[in-house]
Amino acid sequence: MSVIEARYLRKEFTVRVKAGRLRRVKRTVAAVDGVDLLVERGEMLGYIGPNGAGKSTTLKMLTGVLTPTSGEVRVCGLRPVPERTRLALRIGVVFGQRSQLWWDLPLRDSFDLLRHVYRVPADAHAARLRRCRDLLDLDGFLDTPVRQLSLGQRMRGELTAALLHGPEVLFLDEPTIGLDVVSKQAVRGFLGELGRVGDTTLVLTTHDLADIERLCRRLVVIDHGRVVHDGTIAALHDRYGSRRLVVADLDAALPEPPELPGAPLRGVEADGHRLVFALESTGAAEVVAALAGLATLRDISIVEPDIEEVVARLYGRGEGPLVDASGAAP
Amino acid sequence: MAWLRKEGNGVGSVTATVAPPTASNVILWFRTFGAIAGSGFRRYATYRQAAVAGAVTNTVFGFLRCYLLLAVAGAAGSVAGYDRAQLATFVWAGQGLLAVILFWGWTDLADRIRTGEVASDLLRPVHPVTSYLATDLGRAGWAGVSRLLPPVLVGPLFFDVHLPARWQTVPLFVASVLLAVVLSFGCRYLVNATAYWLEDVRGPQILWTLASGAFAGLYFPLPFLPDALYLALQFGTPFPSLLQIPLDVLVERDSTATQVGLVAVQAGWTVAALALCRLVQRRAERRLVVQGG
Repeated sequence: MSVIEARYLRKEFTVRVKAGRLRRVKRTVAAVDGVDLLVERGEMLGYIGPNGAGKSTTLKMLTGVLTPTSGEVRVCGLRPVPERTRLALRIGVVFGQRSQLWWDLPLRDSFDLLRHVYRVPADAHAARLRRCRDLLDLDGFLDTPVRQLSLGQRMRGELTAALLHGPEVLFLDEPTIGLDVVSKQAVRGFLGELGRVGDTTLVLTTHDLADIERLCRRLVVIDHGRVVHDGTIAALHDRYGSRRLVVADLDAALPEPPELPGAPLRGVEADGHRLVFALESTGAAEVVAALAGLATLRDISIVEPDIEEVVARLYGRGEGPLVDASGAAP
Repeated sequence: MAWLRKEGNGVGSVTATVAPPTASNVILWFRTFGAIAGSGFRRYATYRQAAVAGAVTNTVFGFLRCYLLLAVAGAAGSVAGYDRAQLATFVWAGQGLLAVILFWGWTDLADRIRTGEVASDLLRPVHPVTSYLATDLGRAGWAGVSRLLPPVLVGPLFFDVHLPARWQTVPLFVASVLLAVVLSFGCRYLVNATAYWLEDVRGPQILWTLASGAFAGLYFPLPFLPDALYLALQFGTPFPSLLQIPLDVLVERDSTATQVGLVAVQAGWTVAALALCRLVQRRAERRLVVQGG
């Protein structure tokens, strides 16, 4: 059974638009427009899209905070809105832009209060807190009131708070927003560890695609409220023809452009001293071996495809759903 | 995430930690409620300077109000059924209770609705009305220590006050104050909850401030009003139940039977307010727009 099932999920908002001096016209806007989503236990799902695409709205519907206009949702087998309180015991949520901690209380007190709110046995709570303290390095600021924490410290606190009741699904809405490089790495490392060792399902929205590349095998891209890609990152690259590149610096330019099977020449730079090949159906080793036979190599580098570029192209399209069934994750 | 959930480090799964629906669930509920109330106490207790400033203000205004009401009582020595000692108790206990019952300046819920942080409240396994109530009782507990005691201790040093003559008055007064706190919370919650629809709650807030000050017995004891009007206020609005009734119970204006009746009126209003809070909350959630991305 899927942990998350959403079928034709839709959310409409009514906005009043100024039309003339006093007149306002009501307009209905679909923030989420027929999203289908199946997520299995233990999956790590990246859910991305441009601003206003409907990511947060989807997350709010999945967690029971917003009532969908239409469509079917089940999370952990529960209907999120009518069974919100029961669902709350089984999911954890981190909103990067808001805090679920108590502003005036030290982290330690917040964690202790959460134990009572979620009715977690003391030993279970202590064990989880100990692990989070180790992995997220919380000890330096456990007794600092939340209002005095830095953003990075607070986010580590938020993650801990979301996990202390041992949720089956963890929803993360932009957990690395505004964090510095070190804090980002700490958060990513922690989430990666979480994904590797267990069966927690993780749904992550972000604008930082490095988060996704590090953590998620499956990527769902949403734009204008619709799913425009659902599959692995590799499938996304395949679809948009983005390839790993081999950049070769030669001692001397070749008399004519080389033809390597499975690796078409993508570019010639520096008067033929630098050649760029795209790896389509062959490996980097074969290309390097073939080149070494043709010319003296000075340097070789392999460039990973740029996911940002692919996604930017995807965002720009704004067309209907193009669900890539073949690329869908297992 | 086996290490965070499973055994091995003595950790059972979460679903198993929720007890079956037995009497122990009630105990767990009270434990949760108590923990939230305790955190409310600690949260407010972090603002000590504010508490000192508030207590000083309440005490200073106590002198002003007390001299004013005693002047009204004049040479006759009584007005609207209060003698001088009863008036002094009415004023000084009222000044102390002001911050415990808390009429004004509570916009926590409205602020969280406006910023969308209310989403975090909805993601807890505790009903928002319950958790906000528990927090407010914790707040009232702290106010009982920091704001109730100073005026109540200072007043009798300068004025003759009425002390309860019947033992029944004491438990009735405690119950009456507790009901007033819960009722005040309910009213404030409703005023704040208008933010779900209005986005800006200053309008309802001003109405509430005006009405609660005038009709709760803070500006003047309500028996100063014509009898019919006072009765209409007492039974037709929740305001006298907020302050007038607890103070009337304390100064023993009426027989014990009437005191019990007054507390019952308060109880009725309190239950109604909490039920309305839950209803409003449910309606709000159905149309809720969580602000911000």
